[in-house]
Amino acid sequence: MDLIFEGIKKAFVLLVTLDPEVMGVTFLSLKVSVTATLISLVLGVSVGVALALARFPGRRVLVSLINTGMALPPVVVGLFVTIFLWRNGPFGFLGILYTPLAMIIAQAVIATPIVMGISLAAVQQLPEKLQLQILALGATRLQMVWILVKEARLSLLAAVMAGFGGVISEVGASMMVGGNIKGYSRVLTTATVMETGRGNFDVAIALSIILLLLAYLITLALTQVQQKERPR
Amino acid sequence: MSGSAPVLEARNLLVVRGGTRVLNIPSLVVSEGEFLALIGPNGAGKTTLLQALSSLLPYKGEILFRGQKIGATLPVLQYRRKLAMVLQEPLLFNTTVYNNVASGLKIRDVNKKDASRIIMRTLDRFGITDLKDRAARTLSGGEARKVSLARAIATSPEFLFLDEPFSGLDPVIREALIEDLEQVIKETRISTLFVTHDREEALRLSTRLGAMQSGEILQIGSPHEVMHHPVKESVASLVGIETILRGEVVRKSRGSSVVSVAGKEIEVEGEWNPGERVLLCIRAENVGLRPSGTGDPAGETNSFPARIEKIVPLWLYRKVFLDCGFPLVAYVMDKDPTAMLLEEGMEVRASVSKIHVIGDSSG
Repeated sequence: MDLIFEGIKKAFVLLVTLDPEVMGVTFLSLKVSVTATLISLVLGVSVGVALALARFPGRRVLVSLINTGMALPPVVVGLFVTIFLWRNGPFGFLGILYTPLAMIIAQAVIATPIVMGISLAAVQQLPEKLQLQILALGATRLQMVWILVKEARLSLLAAVMAGFGGVISEVGASMMVGGNIKGYSRVLTTATVMETGRGNFDVAIALSIILLLLAYLITLALTQVQQKERPR
Repeated sequence: MSGSAPVLEARNLLVVRGGTRVLNIPSLVVSEGEFLALIGPNGAGKTTLLQALSSLLPYKGEILFRGQKIGATLPVLQYRRKLAMVLQEPLLFNTTVYNNVASGLKIRDVNKKDASRIIMRTLDRFGITDLKDRAARTLSGGEARKVSLARAIATSPEFLFLDEPFSGLDPVIREALIEDLEQVIKETRISTLFVTHDREEALRLSTRLGAMQSGEILQIGSPHEVMHHPVKESVASLVGIETILRGEVVRKSRGSSVVSVAGKEIEVEGEWNPGERVLLCIRAENVGLRPSGTGDPAGETNSFPARIEKIVPLWLYRKVFLDCGFPLVAYVMDKDPTAMLLEEGMEVRASVSKIHVIGDSSG
């Protein structure tokens, strides 16, 4: 119990004194995960909506692949992104392995299928005749897609929350492609793993609390928007 | 067909789904200011027809709007913006009533000031101004249908498609909604194509009536013509003719013929050739009943002894199923003094006053 109590006390001190190292790790975590979520939002929503509306041979196979992608293990993503960005890999010439950019790429790969799968389901859940009704109102196809996205916005917000939740909490891929370099590519999850390994439980608890707070505050903001829109 | 200029025309309209012809309309014309109602059972192709006519699904053939061919001289988008469609489900957007009514105008890029004026006028026309800030998903079924109608009318369409917009509503709300629509149509004189399975709705609103089945229009004409002079057995059933009897003409005389049905002779108007097989259509309201033994049947035409098989009480009248050697259905108004005397198993006399005859091609 003392260990936990000490950890909470230390966390409080680190937070109140705005410890520069902890703040740096926190901001980097936010920067990497928010950027990855935004990328996944653009890719996931556009492809998810297009797939929900399109009919072509092999569509079911593609949809099942996306659904499988929603459960992609971060370490597998980390492994393949590392191979691709490795000095001798296909994108080795970019020289971005062990950088925050590599972490953003890996996290975007994790979040995109999540956002895509939920977006697809969200648009598919809308009444089938809604498309006809929108077109009958005189909409162009582009206007129709935009209206459908607006109609599915509550579920799309859930997709964003799930995507963000998936990447802010992952550690495997960030560790593998970021390298957990102090002051450069260390994020909350990788730092927590490292401090736990060193037996610095107080710091690890402090980092965990910050991580939880961060995840809570961001999802709280999104939930506020979502629930404000919910019909009463 | 009405004498005014055609607004919407379909020629050789064909819709094929999975190799099956689901719609086959050689010709259809809706004229300026006309309200054409098409009745048909579920699966008759009514919705497919509306969707094809509004160019919402692939079709073969030609659709012309005010003489311009859709997809050729008149681009599809431009055409759709002249139309409005109200579907069976209101399919409102997840926003306020105001924004729902505004949606068609927003799609057409109508400026906010003009749009606001039109929306307020439309809300007022349908008596839903007080609902304008309500979330659409909180509306009752009737309110949602009103908003759906208002959304369609707000764009001032030149043509209105109605796909069973009143189905599933309780009678009071349905009546109010029909009255609203009647009023709007009277004011705007908008040409309308209305499909429904409900005869009463169709009769209430239509200036012309059609019957549809299996993707085809079987008959189209004035409401009276279709209701009282169906050209086919299926149309007779659709327009609510309760008794359809198969028989054979046994003789004809000046202006009339005698048809044998299950060994009984029934006299009908018109000269039909002996041996010809015909269908006799008898509306239940054209059958009179009186207790057996009352009145003198001698000299009466088409008067038959009958036994009451079943009595079904309905609103304001009773539906009486009779066995005259052939089945016959009669309506007896509740206020009719005879109504109280009738009971199942009772012997009565049934008199048929009007019979419509159709040549029976099936026999």
